[in-house]
Amino acid sequence: MIEVRGLTKSFGPKQVLDGVDLSLSEGESLVVIGGSGTGKSVLLRCILGLEAPDAGQILWRGRPLADQRAEFMDGFGMLFQNAALFDSLPVWRNVAFRLLRTMPSARARDIAVEKLARVGLGPEVADLYPAELSGGMRKRAGLARAIAADPKVIFFDEPTTGLDPIRAAAINALIRGIVDETGASAITITHDMTSVRAIGDRLALLDRGQVRWQGPVSQMDHAQDEYLQDFIAGRARPMGSHPAG
Amino acid sequence: MRPIRLIGRAGIALTRTIGRVGIFAARGLTRAGAHPSELARQMLHIGWLSLPVVGLTALFTGAALALQIHSGGERFQAGDVVPAIVAIGMARELGPVLGGLMVAARVASAIAAELGTMRVTEQIDALVTLSTDPVGWLVSPRIWAAILCLPVLVGVGDIIGIMGGWLIGVNALGFNSATYLSNSWAYLEGWDVGSGLIKGAFFGFVVALSGCWFGMSAGNGAAGVGRATTNAVVAASVGILAVNFLLTGLFF
Ligand SMILES: Nc1ncnc2c1ncn2[C@@H]1O[C@H](COP(=O)(O)OP(=O)(O)OP(=O)(O)O)[C@@H](O)[C@H]1O
Ligand SMILES: [Mg+2]
Repeated sequence: MIEVRGLTKSFGPKQVLDGVDLSLSEGESLVVIGGSGTGKSVLLRCILGLEAPDAGQILWRGRPLADQRAEFMDGFGMLFQNAALFDSLPVWRNVAFRLLRTMPSARARDIAVEKLARVGLGPEVADLYPAELSGGMRKRAGLARAIAADPKVIFFDEPTTGLDPIRAAAINALIRGIVDETGASAITITHDMTSVRAIGDRLALLDRGQVRWQGPVSQMDHAQDEYLQDFIAGRARPMGSHPAG
Repeated sequence: MRPIRLIGRAGIALTRTIGRVGIFAARGLTRAGAHPSELARQMLHIGWLSLPVVGLTALFTGAALALQIHSGGERFQAGDVVPAIVAIGMARELGPVLGGLMVAARVASAIAAELGTMRVTEQIDALVTLSTDPVGWLVSPRIWAAILCLPVLVGVGDIIGIMGGWLIGVNALGFNSATYLSNSWAYLEGWDVGSGLIKGAFFGFVVALSGCWFGMSAGNGAAGVGRATTNAVVAASVGILAVNFLLTGLFF
């Protein structure tokens, strides 16, 4: 459904993405992992057109996404790495932001409170401002905003970072549940191998600007790639060194 | 060859920036009315909450103007012109310019800091992913609120400035209260006031545009927001003085 071909992006002399090829099919949950600073967030930003790629193609339903961006965004939700909640609005207005344009505010508020409950935030949070939340609560409110309008395509940038293990497991289950129930397609970026197993159908490992390994999550434990195995096992490598090939 | 090439390059960069700002301004102006509640909120912030600072500025300016004109006018036995000159000076020049500069300090900085912070914390990107045009949601309401509110602020400033002159005139310079007031109105023409109000609308546009432009193009974290704020106030202030000169030349 979404197809990324030869995506290249550099910031000044720094080559961040160097020919990324990636695809996401309908109803699929793709998990992207990779070292910190390898360009995972930049990859999502390029797909969304928030960052202009230097080269490469991004297709949606077989046509360039750039030509159908408004339509794409209408059925889209995104959790940013730092939540990116609007500080000037209370939490419930953040969550209901998209809904408020099509429905009366009382109904939008009810839906917002319900979505907040799904991410484990009580109704008392609804009237707080983002600055009054902890980091993990902000993340969860951002997650509630991403899923509030039942999107068809969802991007999650590190949904469980900064959460305790029990909350993280609940969020993993929630994301998996959304993909299963609504048939949405999702790209999740994570550093947490538990999340990979809980959320993903397919895994892509990003390294030095390219997709180094991709395949079904069920096969990742048997993959031959040494770097991937170190990633899964959480083994230290000398800083900056990569295995040959 | 070198210097010519450098000048050429700078010229191209300048032209490009002007073009970008022009397109940005045009988009900001044309996306009005999409979010009336935001427009109302911005009018409260930009207009209503600027009243105290604009009022105080006008009060002190009018008072000081009365003292200056009195002492200057005495030199050729023309101390009586105080009320008329204060009124004309406030309405045509000092009301709009000083009011505009105070609003530039208060509003351009606030807009640039708010939008800049939103930019560097990805809130503007989040708007895009929520199918909301950042220009329509953030820029248009601010630009239109400033264009609509500044003339009102200037009008209020004119009245308070004349009051400031009257206070000094009556209490320190020995004018009769009723004579002072009737002399203020007697020589004031409609166009004196009208031109000042029109200037106000242009100044409002300049203030909000520079706040929005520098805020929206902020980068590099907190330092970038700081730089955007500084640039916005400087650009708004210089812009007001430049536009004032152009409009004054055009009007009179
Ligand atoms: N606006 C920018 N200007 C310059 N460099 C940038 C910019 N955005 C990202 N980069 C660079 O691109 C690289 C990839 O950044 P990105 O945020 O995608 O990393 P990431 O894979 O998401 O890392 P993490 O897992 O830590 O979030 C980084 O090295 C960063 O320095
Ligand atoms: Mg990231």
